[in-house]
Amino acid sequence: MDLNPSDEQRLLRESAERFVAGSYDADHRRKLANDPLGFSPAVWKQFAELGWLALPIAEEFGGLGGGAVEIGILMEAFGRGLVSEPYIATVVLGAALIEKCGSAPQKQARLPKVADGSLKLAFAHSERAARFDLAKVATVAHKTAQGWRLAGSKIAVLDGHAADEIIVSAHIHDHQGPSGRIGLFLVPAKTPGVAVNDHERLGGGRACNIELSDVQLPEDALLGDRSDALPAIAWAVDRAMAALGAEAVGIMQVLLDTTLEYTKVRKQFGRPLSANQVIRHRLADMAMQVDEARSMALRAALKVDAEPVERARAASGAKAKIGRCARFVGEQSIQLHGGMGVTEELEVGAYFKRLVAFDTLFGGSAHHYGRHAQLGRTAVPA
Amino acid sequence: MDLSFTTAERAFQDEVRSFIAKNLTEEMKRATALTPSVFSDPDIGMAWQRTLHKQGWGAPGWPIEHGGPDWTPAQRWIFETESARAGVPNVNVMGVKMVGPVIIGFGSPEQKNFYLPRILSGEDYWCQGYSEPGSGSDLSSLKTRAVRDGDDYIINGTKIWTTHAHHANRMFALVRTSDGPRQQDGISFVLIDMKTPGITTRPILTIGGDHEVNQVFFDDVRVPVANRVGEEGKGWTYGKYLLEFERGSGIASAKLREGLKAIAELAESDLTGRAIDSPDIATRISEVEVDIDALEMTELRLLSALQTGQNPGAVSSILKLRNSEIRQAVTRLGVDVIGHDALAVEPMRPLYKLNHAPALPEEMLTMVPEYLNGRAYTIFGGTSEIQRDIIAKMMLGI
Repeated sequence: MDLNPSDEQRLLRESAERFVAGSYDADHRRKLANDPLGFSPAVWKQFAELGWLALPIAEEFGGLGGGAVEIGILMEAFGRGLVSEPYIATVVLGAALIEKCGSAPQKQARLPKVADGSLKLAFAHSERAARFDLAKVATVAHKTAQGWRLAGSKIAVLDGHAADEIIVSAHIHDHQGPSGRIGLFLVPAKTPGVAVNDHERLGGGRACNIELSDVQLPEDALLGDRSDALPAIAWAVDRAMAALGAEAVGIMQVLLDTTLEYTKVRKQFGRPLSANQVIRHRLADMAMQVDEARSMALRAALKVDAEPVERARAASGAKAKIGRCARFVGEQSIQLHGGMGVTEELEVGAYFKRLVAFDTLFGGSAHHYGRHAQLGRTAVPA
Repeated sequence: MDLSFTTAERAFQDEVRSFIAKNLTEEMKRATALTPSVFSDPDIGMAWQRTLHKQGWGAPGWPIEHGGPDWTPAQRWIFETESARAGVPNVNVMGVKMVGPVIIGFGSPEQKNFYLPRILSGEDYWCQGYSEPGSGSDLSSLKTRAVRDGDDYIINGTKIWTTHAHHANRMFALVRTSDGPRQQDGISFVLIDMKTPGITTRPILTIGGDHEVNQVFFDDVRVPVANRVGEEGKGWTYGKYLLEFERGSGIASAKLREGLKAIAELAESDLTGRAIDSPDIATRISEVEVDIDALEMTELRLLSALQTGQNPGAVSSILKLRNSEIRQAVTRLGVDVIGHDALAVEPMRPLYKLNHAPALPEEMLTMVPEYLNGRAYTIFGGTSEIQRDIIAKMMLGI
């Protein structure tokens, strides 16, 4: 048992924090907010050069073989700068699903390209009627003579507009009818019948809704074999939630630091705000919740490779708890900044909005406490 | 970073498990489960202390030359966790975890030679004389006075919230020996034999129906000057050192987890009409479990940091605050889970020696008293408000 970072992990943290501090300021973020791409291709290239795109990919596919803890370190630094590059979509979700489910040729054709920055991915899974239930997929993939025909609607696809290839989940209908299994399909973005309606994303970056109508795909568009992909989807989403949790910690830390600084310089009634015990105690609660969130993000990262129930409970517990902490820290940061906190003139709002997006993505606190409870009844609590 | 134990640590875990399995009697386990106050009564608690002492495990935090087992932080974690899992008695911490470290840190060689072995063996039973009726959070305003008379101090005043004063044969106390420019000055740390003439003890019943705390009165009580620890007037420094032990000795998550587990089991049983089937109860159990997970990780992060020689700092305040709040959440849940059985009051103590059949199932007996007594968790050892002051000052610099 040792939770001290290794030298490599410490170096990764330092270089990520240095990069974010040097490249991501308010002006940069404002420029990106008005950009149809929503991120900087030049920065993406630098990510590749720094080895961050290769980080979790296995060495045999040109990766560095890093784990969830390393991703967490990177994501926390990204949170500090509200980084909007499609890292979760491409590396944490996309590459992980391919590595987990793909055949050898599918992996060989794509993972080295993710690592070198020449292939961007997205994961289209959520549907409006499913809410946060990962098992509920209405999109259908019919087996055809030549391959597959996909039809359905997806929402909240992170960075789908920028992806070269979109991984779409669909229920497999073979010649006998519904198979009861979910498959993952590699859909090149330019495939006829794929309509990507992208929008600005709350808190920075972009996301899209995707309509799939009569999308014809070749036989080898199916990722891996015809076994049910639901366990892999749950695994990948749990990993993504751990990574997003670490990002939220970085965001919360900035809000805490900024708010603390403000309460020290802002004077009312002839003294700094922080001279009031009610303000000091609020800040103490914020600091405590940032610390609890940090513990939970690390815990989820350390358990991503545990057996499924333990992993899922750690991920849902972290998502639920960090979501609550994020709302509290975000809302109180605005409260303590007073009226200015509600304006676009300060950056507090941008950080807050990213936290709200975090809490919503893949299900909010209520959903994940519920999932945690549901899973708890089938398992002996550790 | 890694949560798993090394081979050596796993071997130690096996050693602790088999030691506990061999030595923890059913009677001790049942008595511990049926004690709704902080500490086990001395007959149970000290029996376990003697068992630990025989094994050389009587004082996990002490240096090896005074009889500590020389464990790594990870070993202490394993020991505390396995102890909580097995449900060992809650040994009163006043000796081993509180006055012991102060005597080791600041006591004379004579004091070390005399007191430390008696703490280890359980021969002495200690209580703490800190709070006074007029000095709660503002502890350093204390007024109990020790006036020098030859080789003795003559002590007059009163102490309150004195846990197990009615069982203890010794008390460590903060007393005023002079009036300095600051109220923290002029306080001394003294060791008092509870059999000294002039000491009287008044029981105070807590709202759960337990007699755990007392008020102690000092009426011209003679205490040898040789019983003062360290320098005269420096008691505040020693007392604060000890309070950090009280807060930071915290490997608390394992105990919280066991408490929650017992409640979750009740919630899944027919005794409560399967309270778990209420989504509200199921979710609240998860909320508390997740809070315990977070506390456990913070404890492990602190342990890792301590292993590299770092200081706990304000983290001990975070641990105290969260432990007390979560403990209250656990007990609140306990009351809600047992439903109508929460109305049945069992006034007899100890609950493990009832001479009649209680009105509610045995596994529910402690729920309401623990909840009621447990309101004290956010008050003793520095209130939650004081802890927030400390966090703001030490962590945030405001």
